[in-house]
Amino acid sequence: MGARALNLSYRNRELFYLAVVGVLTGLGFASVYIARQSEVSWGSLSYALFFFALYLIAHLVTRWTVPNADPYLLPMAGLLTAVGVTEIYRLGNADAFRQGLWIVIGVGLFALALWGLRRDYRVLEQYKYLFGIGAIALLFLPRFPGLGTSVNGARLWVHVGSFRFQPGEFSKIFLIVFLAAYLREKREALARARLKDVGPLLVIFGGCMLVLVSSNDLGSGLLYFGIFLAMLYVATARLSFVFAGIALFLAGGFVAYEKIAHVHERVSIWLTPWTTNKVYCPSTGGLALRQDCESYQLVKSLYSIANGGFGGTGLGKGTFTTTDGHPLIPYVNSDFIYSALAQELGLVGAAALLLVFMLFVARGMKIALQADDGFSKLLAAGLTFGFALQTFIIVGGVLRIIPLTGITLPFVSYGGSSVVANFVLLAGLLLVSNRANTHQ
Amino acid sequence: MNRQISRIAIVALLLLAALIAATTYWQTWAPGGLAAKQDNAIQRVAQFRIDRGKIYASDGKTVLAQNFKKKSAGQTFYYRTYPTHGLASQVVGYSTIGRSRAGIEREENSYLTAGNANVGTIIQKLTDSLKGVTIRGNNLVLNLHVNAQKIAETALRGKCGAAVVLNPKTGQVYVMASTPSYDPNKIESPNGYASILKSPNACPGSSSALYNRATQGLYAPGSTFKTITAATALDSKIYTPKSTFFDPGYCTEYGKQVKNALDQNGPESFGNVDLVQAFIHSINAVFCELGIKLGPKRILDEAKKFGFYSKPPIELPPSEVSPSGLFDYKKHTFFDTPNIVDPGRLAFGQERMLVTPLQMALVAAGIANGGTIMTPHLVDRVTSAGGSTVVKIHPQVWKHATSQQTAAAINLMMQGVVQSGTGTAAQIPGVKVAGKTGTAETNEHNVYTAWFIFFAPADNPTVAGAIAVEHQLNGFGGAIAAPIAKQLMQALLPQASKP
Repeated sequence: MGARALNLSYRNRELFYLAVVGVLTGLGFASVYIARQSEVSWGSLSYALFFFALYLIAHLVTRWTVPNADPYLLPMAGLLTAVGVTEIYRLGNADAFRQGLWIVIGVGLFALALWGLRRDYRVLEQYKYLFGIGAIALLFLPRFPGLGTSVNGARLWVHVGSFRFQPGEFSKIFLIVFLAAYLREKREALARARLKDVGPLLVIFGGCMLVLVSSNDLGSGLLYFGIFLAMLYVATARLSFVFAGIALFLAGGFVAYEKIAHVHERVSIWLTPWTTNKVYCPSTGGLALRQDCESYQLVKSLYSIANGGFGGTGLGKGTFTTTDGHPLIPYVNSDFIYSALAQELGLVGAAALLLVFMLFVARGMKIALQADDGFSKLLAAGLTFGFALQTFIIVGGVLRIIPLTGITLPFVSYGGSSVVANFVLLAGLLLVSNRANTHQ
Repeated sequence: MNRQISRIAIVALLLLAALIAATTYWQTWAPGGLAAKQDNAIQRVAQFRIDRGKIYASDGKTVLAQNFKKKSAGQTFYYRTYPTHGLASQVVGYSTIGRSRAGIEREENSYLTAGNANVGTIIQKLTDSLKGVTIRGNNLVLNLHVNAQKIAETALRGKCGAAVVLNPKTGQVYVMASTPSYDPNKIESPNGYASILKSPNACPGSSSALYNRATQGLYAPGSTFKTITAATALDSKIYTPKSTFFDPGYCTEYGKQVKNALDQNGPESFGNVDLVQAFIHSINAVFCELGIKLGPKRILDEAKKFGFYSKPPIELPPSEVSPSGLFDYKKHTFFDTPNIVDPGRLAFGQERMLVTPLQMALVAAGIANGGTIMTPHLVDRVTSAGGSTVVKIHPQVWKHATSQQTAAAINLMMQGVVQSGTGTAAQIPGVKVAGKTGTAETNEHNVYTAWFIFFAPADNPTVAGAIAVEHQLNGFGGAIAAPIAKQLMQALLPQASKP
């Protein structure tokens, strides 16, 4: 577009697109305001201004620390967070304020990561085992009595004072750093399938999987497994590993389906969300139609998406509550933010949103291709693939392509740890990109 | 490593592309089916943000259903109100958040919420939503005649029963009444629904006021079914109106005597009669013998040609319309296996034959219209919020029931019933009225369902119908139902002298 034609430098291009995002955010908030006039004050537009100022700071940091990094990723992240916060704001003002705070913290950590690793992020490679063990430790944190909290049957949160976060989001990045470093070092040996080199890999990866499965966090389990297979394939070029992994996963999945009630429930919700006869309902212990019981969330979310149709109801005009204001879809601003967006923005808006995700992934993969050392390539590819797979797992679950598991939609969903972790992921990609472009 | 990275990049992008494809499915292909699901709470609420169309009676002025605006939780909702407080309540139905919908409100929901696929409506809806104004639904204009409908409901008040009157040439339904009726405004008021269910019922043990007896009520047709038997006899070519029978006062079946019905007029035993006289005086013995001779299969086949065993296609939810036919009380299903049927009792409308008043009105309409039954229509036209006509309902043939000759012959027999037979109470000076009475036995001793099916003017019929009044102690069709039919014909026929 315009910015390239003007032959702007990378950072000026970034600024240009951030300005575009700023205008879009302003329009988004304005349309929510207009649709819900009676409730929202003009002060809501300060959200957009505040947002733009925040990203301006992030931009100044990139100018200083990673001047040659990809100019499109930060504006895209800005757009996704803006879309998310606009929709969260529309669904409930209080959560939007908290999400705004988390974005500030995210940008802070983003700046800190860029500043700390601006000279050479490859020092991380030396601490690979620390990252590996850190990944397991973070996953284990919610299990400690007095520290962890259980929400919807999954013990994934850590409480410190009134602060609540999900360490699993950071564990994912730690694991990717560990895998990138370890696979870079052992890739030849692994390609020859030497067992003694597999040991540490299996201990750390297996440890993560064990904690995830035992805490019923099936979505993250699937995500970690996918990231592992993708990075293993990039490092070793052995498709047979991928197929063996998938076969193992399917076999494991089948056993889990047969033996673990929680998994069985998820799969039956996926296969037959609507029943014509009453079936056993675990939450009440009685009999009910499945759409009134186990698959309640999924079905309501599909109704929400369908109600959007091609053009959507318009921002602020979707139906998410009963006439007396009770919510119709539980967790609409976290796990089900996509069904809220799809209703209000319609197919046009939902497809545009997914295209932004695709562009983000394409830029990330391009960075992996441009990087000139194995660690950087693996790191960028791992981070990007994880980003794409996480999007697929949650949106695919909401759209009934795969069984629904509750994880967040990167940058968009309400959830502090998710937003902060994704800013760190973004910093990682920009660092790799900056290094690749500087050396060219 | 670059080759592998390119490959996982493709996989990652394909996964995301699949999300776009799936979103497309759920937003363009699936919504119709999902909107129809009863548990679709989002649609249920979203539809109350549409300025739902009004429902008018045939005069285009009397409003049967309209909206009032109410703001809650920052949104404007349009709730239903029914200004006539229950006129044709089971036909109009209701549209509420708590109880969902019933009647025309349910069946024609897509028109009323502008969800129908007419080009004009789609463009209107799109411009409304782009302009940000409230989407307005289409209005319905029904064929119901306010005056005649009121007469029917007044005549049936305090009783349990139904009246259906339609135009045999066009299928336009002028009257569809079912009593007891209810005030749809009460459905969502506190305890309103429960009070409707519990409201005092003139006939203990019978269904509630929510039930549309005209389309769902199943009653033994009694002697009104003799029209079907007579049509079978004439269509079989074995009999003519002049065929003679001997009436001993009873009919022998399986070695037992079946006595003549109580409501035949004249002597116990008529002796030698022809088919016309047997029909006019409703002589069971003759029809019993006819039934045995014709066999149940022929009669059931003829009944099917008149629409039995299928739901009449009318603008009401399929769950609120019942077919007619032989009913198995144990299995709660209809059956049509002739070899387990008592042919003699079937021929005069007892056995396990159960019919809806709508079906019997359609039988009368078929005879009136020279053997062709038109599709019954409650709706005359759909108009846009601006007033222009979106859809006009045109007459359509539903069944070719019988030949013109047979219909003409039965027309004459039915005129005879009103002139000199069991249905003299329906006579209107200056108008040739045709009809057939029925007094159907029920499980209770001396308690009958009183029937009258009719049409007029007999040589150029413009109204046809059926009246059924249940739980009548010693009440006969000619005495209970025929006078109601007379009132309705007088209201609907301009040439009839008004009382």
